[in-house]
Amino acid sequence: MRPLTRAVTIAAAALACAGCSLHNAQNALDASGPQSARIAGLWWLMLPIAAVVWVIVIAVMLWGAGRKRSVREVMETRGGTEVVANDEARSRRMTRIVAAGAIVTAVILFLMLIADFRVGQALTMAPSTKVVPIKVVGHQFWWEVQYPDSVPNKTVITANEIHIPIGTPVVMELSSPDVIHSFWVPSLTGKKDLLPGYTRSLWFRADTAGVYRGQCAEFCGLEHAKMGVLVIAQKQQDFDAWRAAQLDSATTPSDSLAQHGKAVFLGTTCVMCHAISGTSAGATTGPNLTHLASRSTIAAGTLQNTDANLYAWISDPQRIKPGVLMPATKLDPRDMQALVAYLRHLK
Amino acid sequence: MCSRFAEPAARAGIVVLVVLALAACSRERRTFHDSPPAASVAAESAKAVRSDSGVSRDGPYGNNAWALSQGKQLFSAFNCVGCHSHGGGGMGPPLMDSAWIYGFEPANIYATIANGRPNGMPAFKSRITPQQTWELVAYVRSMSGQGSKAARTNRSDEMEVRPAEAQTKTEKPVLVTPPPTVTPPAQEGHP
Ligand code: HEC
Ligand code: HEC
Ligand SMILES: [Cu+2]
Repeated sequence: MRPLTRAVTIAAAALACAGCSLHNAQNALDASGPQSARIAGLWWLMLPIAAVVWVIVIAVMLWGAGRKRSVREVMETRGGTEVVANDEARSRRMTRIVAAGAIVTAVILFLMLIADFRVGQALTMAPSTKVVPIKVVGHQFWWEVQYPDSVPNKTVITANEIHIPIGTPVVMELSSPDVIHSFWVPSLTGKKDLLPGYTRSLWFRADTAGVYRGQCAEFCGLEHAKMGVLVIAQKQQDFDAWRAAQLDSATTPSDSLAQHGKAVFLGTTCVMCHAISGTSAGATTGPNLTHLASRSTIAAGTLQNTDANLYAWISDPQRIKPGVLMPATKLDPRDMQALVAYLRHLK
Repeated sequence: MCSRFAEPAARAGIVVLVVLALAACSRERRTFHDSPPAASVAAESAKAVRSDSGVSRDGPYGNNAWALSQGKQLFSAFNCVGCHSHGGGGMGPPLMDSAWIYGFEPANIYATIANGRPNGMPAFKSRITPQQTWELVAYVRSMSGQGSKAARTNRSDEMEVRPAEAQTKTEKPVLVTPPPTVTPPAQEGHP
């Protein structure tokens, strides 16, 4: 009865877990592009092989541990321990079995190695078609994203949310000004480290439109766990429209509250770290806020972009991401409300 | 008989001492939302060496490790390093040495940062809060070993050109006269 109850409990827990719908989750097996599909394929090749090998090894071990020695094997019993008879034919047989086991293991590992190399090769081979180049800079605890253009003032600069067109490969140029980070969007591509002093590239393609969450995958400091990134894959025309809209400078708000908010922003410490194009704020220490309201999250995927969250974030970022490189700013509630109204206006 | 008494007594004594020692510890206060007073501009009668602004000798944050580390971070984030490097100086004067043009008291340095100085030091008053200014004051002073050694930062994230502040020996500050002429902008120091 006892073991039965336990088994039922475990089965129920497993079923419950399988039932979780991981909305917006990072799932390398939920492949949405050729790169991640190849990685998932590798997993589905290796998992059953490893599982079968494991079952065989464990079964043989249990059998060996549990079996009774036959009388013929045991020559004598010394002080309670059985001493195995020296049987020539038997030991030759054993050598052959062990050698066969070693050879089979080597062959299996070699086949998996070939499969692994082939996937690695396919992932790194640069696409020959038209690509979308994107620069991604990993900062301590957020992602800076740039879409370079041959015309310098057509460069789009944004943060934490990377829009890409579906069906076209994107080539990411990865770099870091501080410590090592790693770019990883499991549903689209494998990991690639961002190394200070180097520029490395990574390319991938998304085939289905959707929002894919990613995460910094190399410990980079206190708020490493809250360094998320969203990749928004959309139809080419939606992407083009988004990109065109991002080129606009910020407009001056028409309502007086937001106008006051703009004055608050420009009159206090925010301008030391943030840029809003079309205003005097042009610092690059923190994320560019020109189109902040067009992003769905703030603080590298930590909070939804809502009035309340912006208010909480600006009045005390250290409570939301302790150790983050943005200081708390003390403002009176009226100024805070105006500031939030202005930031929400930055569509 | 004597030792039978002495042992428990000694043990009790040690416990009492440890408890007393622990009771003396106080956790450092971290204030994310402080509003320390802006240094009174009156204290800034040019080269006032004595601070009469009512601020303690090391400023409000001279002995606060958290504030010093914030100051260090802001020194880079606000791009003070662009002109002063990491203390060694460039277009602006070095800040890790004993020489001060405009005074070394916290109130003097506060005024330097808030109001700027004629030969090219910008005024930051309208762009950084009094709390951030005081954090910078504490950090700037720690670069030449002023303020509590225990609170000064122990590590630099940039390539180290000098030992971290906690290992810096305390310089004896001296006042120097500023150069009579404005340095021509063409003379560029290392960044
Ligand atoms: C010392 C530099 C600094 C100052 C001063 C500063 N910020 Fe920030 N800010 C940052 C950094 C760094 C981040 C990125 C934080 C993260 O996600 O790790 C950030 C993030 C933000 C974000 C979220 C942006 C996004 O897309 O995720 C907003 C909004 C913001 N800051 C607003 C403000 C406002 C308003 C002020 C003035 C009251 C201000 N900041 C002052 C450095 C600063
Ligand atoms: C544009 C370049 C520039 C920037 C940016 C800058 N400084 Fe300066 N700083 C100077 C120059 C030049 C002087 C010398 C002014 C003079 O002699 O009149 C100076 C002087 C000073 C002094 C006075 C030194 C003395 O000997 O009395 C302090 C302290 C100081 N700066 C701190 C800072 C801090 C803190 C920041 C960042 C918030 C900063 N500076 C940013 C250029 C700059
Ligand atoms: Cu990280």
